[in-house]
Amino acid sequence: MIEGRTGSWETVVGLEVHAQVISKAKLFSGAATDFGAAPNTQVSPIDAAFPGMLPVINRFCVEQAVKTGLGLDAEIKLASVFDRKHYFYPDLPAGYQISQYQQPVVGRGRVVLDMPDGSTREIGITRLHLEQDAGKSLHDQHPTQTYVDLNRAGVALMEIVSEPDLRSAEEAGVYLRKLRSILRYLGTCDGNMEEGSLRCDCNVSVRRPGEPYGTRCEIKNLNSVRFVMQAIDYEARRQIQILEDGGTIEQETRLFDSNHGITRPMRSKEEAHDYRYFPDPDLLPLVLDPKWVARLHAELPELPDAKKARFVADFGLSPDDAEVLVAEREAALFFERVAQGRDAKAAANWVMGDLFGALNRLGVGIEASPASAEQLGALIDLIADGTISGRLAKEVFAEMVASGADPAAIIETKGLRQVTDEGAIAAAVDQVLAAQAEKVVEYRAGRERLYGFFVGQVMRATQGKANPALVNELLKKKLSG
Amino acid sequence: MKDGSLLALSLAEARDGLRRRSFSARELALAHNEAVEEIEPLNAYITPTPERALEMAEAADQRLARGEALPLDGIPIAVKDLYCTKGVLTTTASHILDGFSPPYESMVTEKLWHSGAVMLGKTNLDEFAMGSSNITSYYGPVENPWRRPGDNRPLVPGGSSGGSAAAVAARAALAATGTDTGGSIRQPASFCGIVGLKPTYGRCSRWGVVAYASSLDHPGPMTRTVRDAAIVLRVIAGHDLRDSTSAPVPVPDFEAALTGDIRGLRVGIPKEYRVDGMPAEIEALWQQGAQWLRAAGAEPVEISLPMTKYALPTYYIIAPAEASSNLARYDGVRFGLRVEGNSLEEMYELTRAAGFGREVRRRVLIGTYVLSAGYYDAYYLKAQRVRTLITRDFATAFEKVDCILAPTAPSAAFAIGEKTEGPIAMYLNDVFTVPANLAGVPAISVPAGLSADGLPLGLQIMGRAFDEGTVLRVGGVLESAAQFRHLPGFLAGGRL
Repeated sequence: MIEGRTGSWETVVGLEVHAQVISKAKLFSGAATDFGAAPNTQVSPIDAAFPGMLPVINRFCVEQAVKTGLGLDAEIKLASVFDRKHYFYPDLPAGYQISQYQQPVVGRGRVVLDMPDGSTREIGITRLHLEQDAGKSLHDQHPTQTYVDLNRAGVALMEIVSEPDLRSAEEAGVYLRKLRSILRYLGTCDGNMEEGSLRCDCNVSVRRPGEPYGTRCEIKNLNSVRFVMQAIDYEARRQIQILEDGGTIEQETRLFDSNHGITRPMRSKEEAHDYRYFPDPDLLPLVLDPKWVARLHAELPELPDAKKARFVADFGLSPDDAEVLVAEREAALFFERVAQGRDAKAAANWVMGDLFGALNRLGVGIEASPASAEQLGALIDLIADGTISGRLAKEVFAEMVASGADPAAIIETKGLRQVTDEGAIAAAVDQVLAAQAEKVVEYRAGRERLYGFFVGQVMRATQGKANPALVNELLKKKLSG
Repeated sequence: MKDGSLLALSLAEARDGLRRRSFSARELALAHNEAVEEIEPLNAYITPTPERALEMAEAADQRLARGEALPLDGIPIAVKDLYCTKGVLTTTASHILDGFSPPYESMVTEKLWHSGAVMLGKTNLDEFAMGSSNITSYYGPVENPWRRPGDNRPLVPGGSSGGSAAAVAARAALAATGTDTGGSIRQPASFCGIVGLKPTYGRCSRWGVVAYASSLDHPGPMTRTVRDAAIVLRVIAGHDLRDSTSAPVPVPDFEAALTGDIRGLRVGIPKEYRVDGMPAEIEALWQQGAQWLRAAGAEPVEISLPMTKYALPTYYIIAPAEASSNLARYDGVRFGLRVEGNSLEEMYELTRAAGFGREVRRRVLIGTYVLSAGYYDAYYLKAQRVRTLITRDFATAFEKVDCILAPTAPSAAFAIGEKTEGPIAMYLNDVFTVPANLAGVPAISVPAGLSADGLPLGLQIMGRAFDEGTVLRVGGVLESAAQFRHLPGFLAGGRL
């Protein structure tokens, strides 16, 4: 809810997400899809729309779209149709994009959002369809000419359209992160927004609570969650200001200027395209075998919601911790390997605390973690069996991150094994109490806060290796004696 | 000597002669290269490829000498310049593809060359296959090798495969590839006195054939005999994974279907094909054809194809709609003609205005219109529904009959310059051929007689989908009965 001059306004947002399908080949040709290749090196005559060339659907891309639909709890359409969407632009070689207009491969579905306040929100998915990406126009290579790179032309995209169910920029951000997480779990889109694998158009309108939808504006081609949120926020406030000043909202397409954090009109109505959609006569309707769809359904990996529920139920984690751990599939799998057969809460604390902290400092993802899940698990085991104290374990972990070595080897090399020899610890305690005779007197006179000081001195004398429980036991005995 | 005797052979005769080593593939190719030169006044070829013909013929001779003959080894064939041929200029008879030499070979021509056929060159056509008279070519009109006796006015060869038809009729190719979108194989075959076969949609791959209207384009053979059409079809047919609309059905030995035995076959005579203003001689030939088939033991049956009258308007919505989309790629950016402008839009406008001829522009405009918001339902969608009904008409008819007999075209060839009163008069030429394109069923045109002014007229046999065997068999019986021995005035190698 946004408070305007004249009262409260509700923001209404629907998102159209363009997610690049993970596939080695393009949607209708065998050309490669690697990111960052030299311009025009991944282009077949089909992608370049040479005369007489014909598209043939890539079965794997269809499989990816169907898996995504299943992951969004959506209806899979056993018959769908590819249409041609026409407009002239140099990076659209055929003069049309092959897309799905009236009969998409995936129908209604839903995404459940976990809001920061602990509530959940269900967001409707209107549809998901397959389409080709266009190429790239490079306007900055030559003073008067535009260069065209067709490497991306024909790459498979899934357009995932949400219902106008989102009510704030924040919700849109949560939705986008959740969708990205689901896609990555499914392995159908890498979600890499910097490389353009995930792009987003936002439909934004505002209304008084309880009133019908207002006129919407579409903000095109946003490539980060932050920009999506900024653009929605700006756009909602812009519309509120117009309405509060007695104006009306023009339905239009706008672009987000990330340098200034504002949106501006992209094209007027006169320039609006008539896309002249019609079914592509080069392609037969896409007909799916229900058994094949059922098999894909059965083979679907565990998705974040289910994993989170399981982490809470089976591992006794708090919903907040579980949420953090399942956000990235690799992190969740890493955690599960660490937690396997161990104290899950300890595993969660190590993964979310020390490990995530270290990865952050290194600026790498969990897949590049210098310490493996098995090594972290071994460290936890060494704490549990008393080989090292929790305090020393932090030191061992730092070394694991620095060198990638096994914790046992580090403990051995550095001589960090915990001292559990009662005689040795008693000697250290005696030595400390003798050296600090004055403080012992003060303690016995009632300054009990000095107890921690004695513990510290004993640990220092044993280079931190003394078993803390034994230290406590002996210290208390000797101080009271 | 100018070896006219080699030119007079049918494809089947030439094949057998080559295998008997009565003459070499090189001799046959040389004779045909000369023939191609000789018929230059007809403007049937845009790009002759005589050197390639000789190379291919020599390779064929080596296989023939080793006794390893391929099905079409050494057979000189012309290729409609709508088929992409690797490294050979491919124009579609349009200015817009100036200098375009594709880096790939069409599936149909690839199959021809892999079967040992020899490429004579690329033949002229209506620009982008849009036309029924071959007068819309950027490379100039093709002349029909036939003329009306006592009348020196040049005649059109029909279209759009006019160059292929003229080349085969004038003996400057043993066979040619054509494409048939609304009659573009059968109508020129009828006008030039040869055989033209439009196979079932999906029978021959469209890979590498420049698209006019994708759902209506049918590659197929043009030959001088029905047997030759059967031989070529067997080679060029077959499922192709690169064309999603290509059909995964087996390819039978079509030549073996030419048994001549049509006893007991029921032949449909569609009453709706008796259109207003049809010349009496066409009607008479049609009846003659029915009598020939009856005499051979078949049973002509009157049938009804009630949606026939809607076929032409339906075609002239769907074909331009698809064409307007298919031709969007000719934008001056990647290949062919580019006319520079001061802005991107200006470059597009200048390039397409200069590159496309009047008829192509007309169809692109019609197609753009019928697909536009607000008109789509009334035109394109309705046309698609009518198309479904037309297809159903054929399916219903084929429950009662085994094939359908009809005239190929409502007239004989006309003079270049006649029928220019408007595009509609020209479009009417397709009235008998268009329904088979909309339904996707196979159809053959066989020369059956001469018009009153001495020009060839064809009769058409349409059949069930993928039943080219019956179409060829009945066509063969018509051919035998008609005994069409007439020759055009312009004949490479002269009359023998």
